[in-house]
Amino acid sequence: MAVQKPEELSKVVYTFPSTPWMDTPVEIKKGIFCWGNKEKSLKAVGFPNPRQWSVTDEDWKLPDNWKEIFIEGLRERVDKYRSFRLFLDICVRCGACADKCHFYIGGGDPKNMPVLRAELLRSIYRKYCTTSGKIMGKVAGARELTTSVIKELWYYAYQCTECRRCSLFCPYGIDTAEITILIRELVNLLGLNIEWIAGPVANCWKTGNHMGLLPHTIIDIVSEFKEAIYQVTGLKVDLSYNRKGAEILFVHPSGEYFDPNGNVTFMGYMMLFHEIGLDVTLSTYSSEGGNFGFFTSNEMAKRLHSKIYAEAKRLKVKWILGGECGHMWRVWHQYHNTWFGPVDYLEEPVSPITGTKFENAKSNKIVHITEFTADLIRHGKLNLDPKRNDKYVVTFHDSCNTSRAMGLFEEPRYIIKNVCNNFYEMPPQTIRENTFCCGSGSGLNASENMELRLRGALPRGNAVRHVRDKFGVNTLANICQIDRATLQTLVDYWAKGVAVRGVHELVGNALVMKGEKERTTDLRGDPLPGKEGE
Amino acid sequence: MNLRTLLEEKKSSIVKKWVHVIFEQYPPDSTNFFLTQKDRFLNPVGHAISEGARDIFNALVDDSEPEKFYPLLNDIIKIKAVQDFSPSVAISFLFLLKKVIRVEAGAEIARRNLTPELEALESRIDQLILLSFDIYSKFRERIFEIKNDEFRRMTFRLLQRANLICEIEGEKTTPGEETVITNK
Amino acid sequence: MGILFSFFAVVALIVVVFVGVQGANLHYLFGVIIPFAAFITFIVGIVYRVFRWGKVPVPFRIPTTGGQQTSFPWIKASRIDNPSSALGVAVRMALEVLLFRSLFRNMRSELRDGPKLSYASSKWLWLGGIAFHYTFLIILIRHMRLFFEPVPGIIKIAESLDGFFQVGAPVVYVTDVVFLGAVTFLFLRRVVIPQLRYISLAADYFPLFLIGGIGVTGVLMRYFFKTDVVGIKELTMGWITFSPVVPQGIHIIFYVHLFLVSSLLAYFPMSKLMHMAGVFLSPTRNLANTNRAELHVNPWNYPVKVHTYEEYEDDYREFMKSAGLPVEKE
Repeated sequence: MAVQKPEELSKVVYTFPSTPWMDTPVEIKKGIFCWGNKEKSLKAVGFPNPRQWSVTDEDWKLPDNWKEIFIEGLRERVDKYRSFRLFLDICVRCGACADKCHFYIGGGDPKNMPVLRAELLRSIYRKYCTTSGKIMGKVAGARELTTSVIKELWYYAYQCTECRRCSLFCPYGIDTAEITILIRELVNLLGLNIEWIAGPVANCWKTGNHMGLLPHTIIDIVSEFKEAIYQVTGLKVDLSYNRKGAEILFVHPSGEYFDPNGNVTFMGYMMLFHEIGLDVTLSTYSSEGGNFGFFTSNEMAKRLHSKIYAEAKRLKVKWILGGECGHMWRVWHQYHNTWFGPVDYLEEPVSPITGTKFENAKSNKIVHITEFTADLIRHGKLNLDPKRNDKYVVTFHDSCNTSRAMGLFEEPRYIIKNVCNNFYEMPPQTIRENTFCCGSGSGLNASENMELRLRGALPRGNAVRHVRDKFGVNTLANICQIDRATLQTLVDYWAKGVAVRGVHELVGNALVMKGEKERTTDLRGDPLPGKEGE
Repeated sequence: MNLRTLLEEKKSSIVKKWVHVIFEQYPPDSTNFFLTQKDRFLNPVGHAISEGARDIFNALVDDSEPEKFYPLLNDIIKIKAVQDFSPSVAISFLFLLKKVIRVEAGAEIARRNLTPELEALESRIDQLILLSFDIYSKFRERIFEIKNDEFRRMTFRLLQRANLICEIEGEKTTPGEETVITNK
Repeated sequence: MGILFSFFAVVALIVVVFVGVQGANLHYLFGVIIPFAAFITFIVGIVYRVFRWGKVPVPFRIPTTGGQQTSFPWIKASRIDNPSSALGVAVRMALEVLLFRSLFRNMRSELRDGPKLSYASSKWLWLGGIAFHYTFLIILIRHMRLFFEPVPGIIKIAESLDGFFQVGAPVVYVTDVVFLGAVTFLFLRRVVIPQLRYISLAADYFPLFLIGGIGVTGVLMRYFFKTDVVGIKELTMGWITFSPVVPQGIHIIFYVHLFLVSSLLAYFPMSKLMHMAGVFLSPTRNLANTNRAELHVNPWNYPVKVHTYEEYEDDYREFMKSAGLPVEKE
């Protein structure tokens, strides 16, 4: 066999088919996809068509009437969501979104251009829901729904992190997240999900949290946190669970019980609550702020989060405080009130320490922890010693959901600037509303899709590396548990030497507590600046 | 005139051509994006490869020490290792350089009898290719390491709770670095 | 395939006019009936489409927030990019509709390294879009002179401004030149930029060819064939007074122009051109970010199956008691 020249070799392997995208069948690649759901995970919550299937099999064992199910589902949804119908109708394919997706930037797969990702479904919509598509077919941009198309839709719907960066640049505000959310709903009707999402959903349904932590386990873990805080501060900090009559119910992502970066963030909350004497309780029944149900279907999201309000009612609290989490806040901020409102059994949130009324949360009665803490600092209610964080040169990663679905930019920055002395921003085109996703959001934080995640994280990792090299940044602060768990892995690859920390970890370090002993270490047990020898 | 001055002269056209053929390994629809978006933060792939190619070429012409090449190759291969290239394609960009030099300057080299110098240069490129193999495997290994670390971070507390691991007193307990001893 | 199909579709439309008007002498059909039918299709079609969109509920309040939220008085909120009031939304929509603000975002302050190519290319799309839409609008306003007798002063002013750079008779309108340039640019970028070529459909090329055809025939008519303006005005005034007459001797090029315009009108409601109306309805832009301050009602909100606390406690009561957690039932 003649040895190929490199150029030819690459041509053979990598020439993208010159056929139009519609005629280019999907090639499902390892490292990109997540494992398909297990039968039992769908059964646990009563999702349709549960069965054992495998992504790598040729036959995905679709139900006999799969086509009917999909098309009926599509027709139903374009009559329920104006966003969906409009976004399928009005795209002019101007290409403004094409290079805004982190997966496209890092990988170059054309079907990761937001416009094309949406066209995958639009072509089906045209074929089965519009007159011109029915008559004109391909000329009108319509195509037949086949099993190969179903695979393609599934494959690319789980390559979008619903970060909404493309939506910011679209002249009509077309939001790919909206399309992805509904494609996932549609394939879910056929029993096609990913285990990394379906598993946590099933857990959350039964045990109240994605991790499947049982009540005594949570109590156990928290007692370890108490011990750790005692070691650092010499103070016995308490935290109550399922306590009736508390003023505030605190709900946070359960990942913080497990992930080491999350652990210290949680300890930061505990210390803060203790220091200001907040009358707060948590719940083991409603022990999840995040919502993987949101990554399967709207209804499932609502089913999981109904627990939060049910528990607030049962415990007779006045209002709800939410921890640091990204997609949790997308759901809390943009969906909760509509699902569960009017929330008239709770009271309009007022900070018991400063008396500040949280006007922006007066209807659904939930306040973000950084809003709460920023208000405390503003009123001088916290004794802070930012020097304790002097070993950290900090930058802040804006999480997609709190950025483009909420606009929470200044509150976390205000806190960081009060608890740290060294803060540097990443380049402006990569932060705030322009922020780049961690590449693992919307339930894609599995490990079998690591190549996908690494590509998706390249734009973010590259900006982190830039500030690491330029300013010596060694800490990536953020307000999202998925960031803390996954971005750590991704910066370990792209910008080694940077630790990912929650904002309230930094607060916990800087917080000077009444009656504490002289601290020699930070919350992770590392010596404080100037205490290295001790 | 020696090879070095010749290559200095033709530097811009060689580097340009080289970058171009490297990007031809990507889907053609994306080649354009990688080549034209010049913002290093909005197009990290394009930036790393264009800058890297230029610096590697300069270092070759300057006859730099092998250590100089290491970070340059690192930056490019780090990216290639996570895109769906096979190992052979991931490092083939160095082979492409040999070809580009021959296409762009081959006639002149022959005319000026610089072929021995070219052969020396090519053997230095071969060394870079060997180095690239090492770097590529290093990064693939790194991917498995970080996967492993992530998994450990996720399960550390679980194992600890199940009394399956114990921490060695006095050792640093950052997950991912601790010694794991199973009780069984 | 999309390009050729679209091109020949427009050529076919032109051929139809030659066959119909010059061949079969169907002046009344092409001068009155088809334009009327097209106009009615246009109006009814748009109303239907908008009504159809309007009928679909907006279940959730999902604005894309492009700036700081309104929270505390001491944090400056971004009132336009992240509006919390009706006024803010109105300004955001106005900037979006009138100035294509989201497209403009592409060229916001960016740290540059090397030549500023992408800066330029993103600016070009915005500029091309603005040039295309605004010259189209001015040309449309100029055409209104055909429907008024006497011609209102405002239209005359528009015309004289437009013809400011007079380079001989007849006056060359700046808009005509810019318009054709913009259409050509929008077409060329689809052909030249690989990503765009890859995503473009016949439905993207067809309107461009059609609109380009309208522009070219308009220019030919005005600057080269010297059509009978008095006759044309007689026809157009006939339309709006509902007493249509078809004057003799109007050049065929006018019928071509009119038929292409009619085609565009009839095609409009079933095409992507509906973005003109759709942009006003976009839920990521036309809603205020007040989700936590005000209740947004979903008309099809329905009760869902939940896993109750009682069920949870039944499952884990012993564990809860052993951990010292309070329970409802002992």
